[in-house]
Amino acid sequence: MRLFYITLKYLAVTLWSVFVIAPFLWAISTSFKDFQSVTGGATYIPWVDFEPTLDGWQSLFKSPARGGVDIVEPFLNSVFVTAAGSLVSIILGTLAAYALSRYTFKAGPMRNGDITFFFISQRIMPPVVLAIPFFIMLGKLGLLDTLLGLVLVYVVLLMPIAVWIMVDFFNKVPQEIDETALIDGCNPFQAFYKVVLPNSIPGIIVAGMFCMIFGWTDFFFAFILTFTEVQLLPVAIVALNSSITPWWSLSAAALVSVAPLVVVAFIVERYLSKGNLSGALK
Amino acid sequence: MSLIASNLSLKPDEQYHLDDICFEMLQGQIYTIIGRTLSGKTTLLKTIAGLIAPDSGGLVLDGNDFGSIPVWKREVAMVYQQFINYPHLTVYENVAFPLKQRGTQKAEIHNRVMNALSQVGLEGFQSRKIQALSGGQQQRVALARSLVKEAKILLLDEPLVNLDYKLREQLREEFKSIFNTKASADSILIYSSTDPVEAMQLGGQILVMDEGRILQQASAKEVYENPNSTKVSQITNDPAMNLFEGMVGEGKIILSPEIQFDSPTHFKGLPEGTYTFGLRAVAITLGEIGFPFAIELSEISGSETFLHLKHNEINLVGLLDSVQSFSIGEKVTVKFDISHLYAFSTDGSLKSSPYGGLM
Repeated sequence: MRLFYITLKYLAVTLWSVFVIAPFLWAISTSFKDFQSVTGGATYIPWVDFEPTLDGWQSLFKSPARGGVDIVEPFLNSVFVTAAGSLVSIILGTLAAYALSRYTFKAGPMRNGDITFFFISQRIMPPVVLAIPFFIMLGKLGLLDTLLGLVLVYVVLLMPIAVWIMVDFFNKVPQEIDETALIDGCNPFQAFYKVVLPNSIPGIIVAGMFCMIFGWTDFFFAFILTFTEVQLLPVAIVALNSSITPWWSLSAAALVSVAPLVVVAFIVERYLSKGNLSGALK
Repeated sequence: MSLIASNLSLKPDEQYHLDDICFEMLQGQIYTIIGRTLSGKTTLLKTIAGLIAPDSGGLVLDGNDFGSIPVWKREVAMVYQQFINYPHLTVYENVAFPLKQRGTQKAEIHNRVMNALSQVGLEGFQSRKIQALSGGQQQRVALARSLVKEAKILLLDEPLVNLDYKLREQLREEFKSIFNTKASADSILIYSSTDPVEAMQLGGQILVMDEGRILQQASAKEVYENPNSTKVSQITNDPAMNLFEGMVGEGKIILSPEIQFDSPTHFKGLPEGTYTFGLRAVAITLGEIGFPFAIELSEISGSETFLHLKHNEINLVGLLDSVQSFSIGEKVTVKFDISHLYAFSTDGSLKSSPYGGLM
């Protein structure tokens, strides 16, 4: 019976792994193909089924005029907007979460729990509900189709995630640690940045990761709020999908769009697994 | 140096957390606040530290208003019951933290940190991370950090409560020797505990707290010998002092038709009437001659046996200084050492004590 369950477990894990990895393998394989290899029937193994070429990857750096797709600028735009949006969200979100965790607020019938829920309720609304107000507001501010406008929108979208994660994290950090810092001569702000913040790095990393994932993968707002001046990577990749889709370029671009998240996940996983941060407070 | 509290009160909800607290504490003394859980001990310590602002009343240190000084500028140090340290710092950095905050010179920080670590028996541990230490060692780091400040007021909030029995006994002895040397000579040391044994062992002055009020403030010896109320007698004894209703009349104490005995000599002059009598567990043993009781439960604790005894409405806890086994419901003859009997009025105030006669 035990053998049966072990076999079943490994079978499930194998099937899931194939399900997850197969699209990546497919994209990697396609990114090294040329027009002939893509359109001439199913091919799988390089050097056996088809002759690999770097055309797809090289096209990422060439302008459309030279037959390329040029995703360098959208890529850099996405890096800037995601990094700036995540950074500002983490800074503001961490401060807001600390206040919500440590101080009692009363706003009419609302208490701390309600205010925290109010933050996260921004994410419960369907994006389309927010799209029109955002469009009008950015238009009036002259920030439509600008990087700054996108950063502002992403801060609004990402900060609730940071607040939600960090409130929960700070609630688990004993208040006595702040009090000890105050008794040891720190004013409230010093107690926060000298003691509470260094012990909240795992929470900040998790919140940062979520912000980056949500920011990096957003297509909807990047599509609605930009036209010709600014283009983000998800929009640029979708724009490649047309009647004459260059599948090899599209695959290479898709892999480029996934790469930063894979790198971040590996770094964060190694950092968290050191064990000197998570669960540090006994 | 003296710390004077006048009429400190705090009522954040329906109940008083501090109710008209008044005291005067002097430099070089150990003050133990003893009380049950939620009696207001931690609230009082946090109020002295400046972490909680009272609704009314004030604190004066050396003739100066102490209550208006922000917590980070007060000359206080505090050790919590939960082994609170800074997990991201090493042992050395933890102990040095308050000195760095003050801007103390590096060389002096080093000397004082090493001295404090040696005081608490943690030499050689300075480069360890906090997580690599046991609970007892973590609490020693917290104590070293509070000692290194050489604060005017040292607050210890049940610092041994989360340690296992053996370690608690060991650290209690070490704390006592530390407090009796440098720490208590230069500062006012305030220690809170729920454990009467701990309070008595530390000696010094005892403040008995209940429901936010100070019920009695006196030396450990005085509180032990003359608890001024039934509540104090319950809080300052482990197990709690046995209390039972009875009458004094015609030179006799009458607890029930079967349990009557001559009044002890220290009850001489006590008016006839109804009283609540108190007798510590240690004064209730088994004997050949005595009163019939049934055993409800027997508990072996170390080399002693606690007996939970019942006779009609009278429930008592007795203590045998040996390990013995009993079966539940077993009939035994119980002997009272009436030379240690207390008499309290029916409203709970002390009327006669074996150590002080009539009150």
